[in-house]
Amino acid sequence: MRLVARTRKTSRVREAMLPVAAVLASLVICGLLILIAGANPISAFGIMVSAAFGGKFALTETLARSAPLILAGLAALVALRTRFWNIGGEGQILAGAMASAWIGALPNLPAPLLIPCMIVGAALAGAALAALPATLKLKLGVDEVVSTLMLNFIVMYVMMALLSGPWKDPLTGWTDSPDILPAAEFPTFWRGTRLHLGVLIAFGAVVVIGVMLSRTTFGLSMKIVGENPKAAKHAGLNVARVTLFAALVSGALAGLAGAGEVGGTQFQVIASISSGYGYAGIVVAMLARLSPAGVIPAALFLAALTTGADEMSRQTSVPFFIADAMQGISLIAVLVAMTLSRYEIKFDSFERASRS
Amino acid sequence: MSEEVPVLVLSGITKTFGNVIANNAVTLEVRRGEIVGLLGENGAGKTTLMNVLFGLYRADEGTILVEGKQIHVTSTADAISLGIGMVQQHSHAVERHTVLDNLLLGLPGSNGLLDKTSALQRLKEIGDAYGLRLDPARPVHTLAVGERQRLDIIRALFRRARVLILDEPTSVLTPQEVEGLFSALRALKADGVGIIFISHKLNEVRAITDRVVVMRRGEVVAGVDNDDTVTNLSLATMMCGHEPERVVRVPHQIGDPRLVARGIELDSHGSQSPLPINLTIHSGEILGIAGVSGNGQVALAEAIAGVKLPRHGSVSIDGVSIDNPSPAVMQKAGLAFIPEDRIGAGFVGPMALKDNMVLSRFSDAPFSRKGWINWKNILDFANMQIAEYDIRPPDPRMPVGLMSGGNQQKAIVARELAFEPRVLIIAQPTRGLDVSAIAFVHRSLMRLRDSGCAIMLISDDLDEIFQLSDRVAVMYENSVVWETPIETATVSTVGLAMNGSLPTQDAAA
Repeated sequence: MRLVARTRKTSRVREAMLPVAAVLASLVICGLLILIAGANPISAFGIMVSAAFGGKFALTETLARSAPLILAGLAALVALRTRFWNIGGEGQILAGAMASAWIGALPNLPAPLLIPCMIVGAALAGAALAALPATLKLKLGVDEVVSTLMLNFIVMYVMMALLSGPWKDPLTGWTDSPDILPAAEFPTFWRGTRLHLGVLIAFGAVVVIGVMLSRTTFGLSMKIVGENPKAAKHAGLNVARVTLFAALVSGALAGLAGAGEVGGTQFQVIASISSGYGYAGIVVAMLARLSPAGVIPAALFLAALTTGADEMSRQTSVPFFIADAMQGISLIAVLVAMTLSRYEIKFDSFERASRS
Repeated sequence: MSEEVPVLVLSGITKTFGNVIANNAVTLEVRRGEIVGLLGENGAGKTTLMNVLFGLYRADEGTILVEGKQIHVTSTADAISLGIGMVQQHSHAVERHTVLDNLLLGLPGSNGLLDKTSALQRLKEIGDAYGLRLDPARPVHTLAVGERQRLDIIRALFRRARVLILDEPTSVLTPQEVEGLFSALRALKADGVGIIFISHKLNEVRAITDRVVVMRRGEVVAGVDNDDTVTNLSLATMMCGHEPERVVRVPHQIGDPRLVARGIELDSHGSQSPLPINLTIHSGEILGIAGVSGNGQVALAEAIAGVKLPRHGSVSIDGVSIDNPSPAVMQKAGLAFIPEDRIGAGFVGPMALKDNMVLSRFSDAPFSRKGWINWKNILDFANMQIAEYDIRPPDPRMPVGLMSGGNQQKAIVARELAFEPRVLIIAQPTRGLDVSAIAFVHRSLMRLRDSGCAIMLISDDLDEIFQLSDRVAVMYENSVVWETPIETATVSTVGLAMNGSLPTQDAAA
């Protein structure tokens, strides 16, 4: 058995089936893990599904949890399309969260301006944080994988310093930032659920980014720069400008995720405000195979994993961390599936099996 | 030729890929000390056949005999140990290792140790016997292209190759180097080695081979002794099945200067710092740039096209000097550049043909307005070009990377010509193309010239330079060392200039 490079176009159906196959494969592998943990995989998955999708509360909770994943996924997608390896989503989310928490607690800002300023401020903070490694890459050739990743830690420790310093509650000593003003809390658009403005922004962003990538010259430039920077240069595109633009958009999207968590869920900055959404965003983008529309099911899948695993660990002997394992396994499965899609598996015993 | 056993017999080789028959019952025989030319258009099945012989593919049917014994080749290692040597277009030596280390690579050692002494001895013998000499201590990355090829041949001989396959061996050599290769091949032939010589260059095939085998659509369609009755025309006719069209240059009215490049200084090449380059190309004129590849042709083209700016120098088009050259600025000024590396620099391989057809123009009307792309106009434009230039497959959504080299070249020529450039720089326009595609490209260039475009034609293929150019400039070590009207140039004077020795007036006459 060997792999032979595919020379024909792959069909659209095949393309769409790949992530589905990958998710199924990861479910099977995780079923084995659940079995090892001493539970029945079928009933464990049943608990997860009903906890994530069974009923209004479960469903809306999964939707609310998917919002930061959608935005982080779009952030990763925009950057990856241009081959700007933005691993800094986590730090950009934190920057957005801090900016919106600060603006949201400003006492002398007119109340109607609070929410718009939080949103714009978070996007700018995220974009500014992404601009730094992008500029370093374009001017000095600094590898962005390292610089964006390292910035995550710097931003995280800056945040911890703020939380245990200026933002520390003088009375209780809790390391949380001050609550944002009531007028700064994102409105919910369905009473009794946590479906807040941030969720709307996330879904709106999918449409905006989708249109930008498929209908505008910006989107086509980003694709060309991402696929073949040398050809882009020959074609007269300004590769540096396109890359910087993509980095800014990517950072802004991640910053918006931070605003949603502060304005819609926590109403303050807490140490676990992001809890890895930035990294999960890369998984979302890959599961979505860099298609904006695919980001929604991919983010819902990961959100369902966390809500579902919560409930499963309460009811069975399986630890909560199975969600992390499934997330990782599904990413690996998708990467393998994407590689395999470019090849055909050829069995040498069938000499005429396929075209090489 | 008596009852002697041929050194190699391929008989009834059939190889299919899906429902494509790449080789259909192909039979090929090479006798001891015989040089067989293998000819055919792209896709005729030459490469498949050689890959079967070299163990890269396994044939569906057919047998291979080496010196009368049937062999089963399942890997390249098998092929090598059975006495089959292959010299490919591009050398696959280990760059950082020395010549000697590369020769020892993969040789069976004695008790796991490498026997350097006897290897040096053998290298000397090969040098004496065939004139193939190389300094064993030199690292491969310091070798010139011709020397690397020599290394590949020596490596095959080290493994006592009885059959040597040369795939397009002359495309990287100067005419003088080709002569050197040919005398080595003649010495090998005298020693009984059977040689398969694959080339598109009919003159060379006629000069060196004893017999010519022609393939078409996976089958051997002709096998003729190379005697006086064989001509380029007869070979080309056998290859494409009909008399090929050969584009003939008709002298043409040359107009005012269009492209003027002044004082272009490229980076230094070797020890000497290059001379500033001054070139003028007139309206309706083709300037051929000859030279062994790697002597600054790419740098010169990229300098003028604004892709990689030179240290010094200026460019003007139609008398308007270009202040801040960049690819975008040069395009606006009417310059089109078709680089040698079509798929690496001219196209985005995974992207659809239609998107690639507007790679540099999608920001302009009618392909977009105010940043919004009009996909319908792009599709219409692509379909129009596909129809006009007969690009195959005629599928605008086909990723360009999956198209054949000939159709990629048609597409890129179609794209650049559609915007009626005033100046065209085209590098290696027919490399790897078959006879019909070459005629197409040449015809397009001639038509463009007749419409008044100034064309800079960079080519390794001297035949092509002589066939199309009005003037020829020769590059050596990043300088233009000689420039002359085509009427006063000969293959030998240009060849000398390609080696850096300036032709004297006598030689030029």
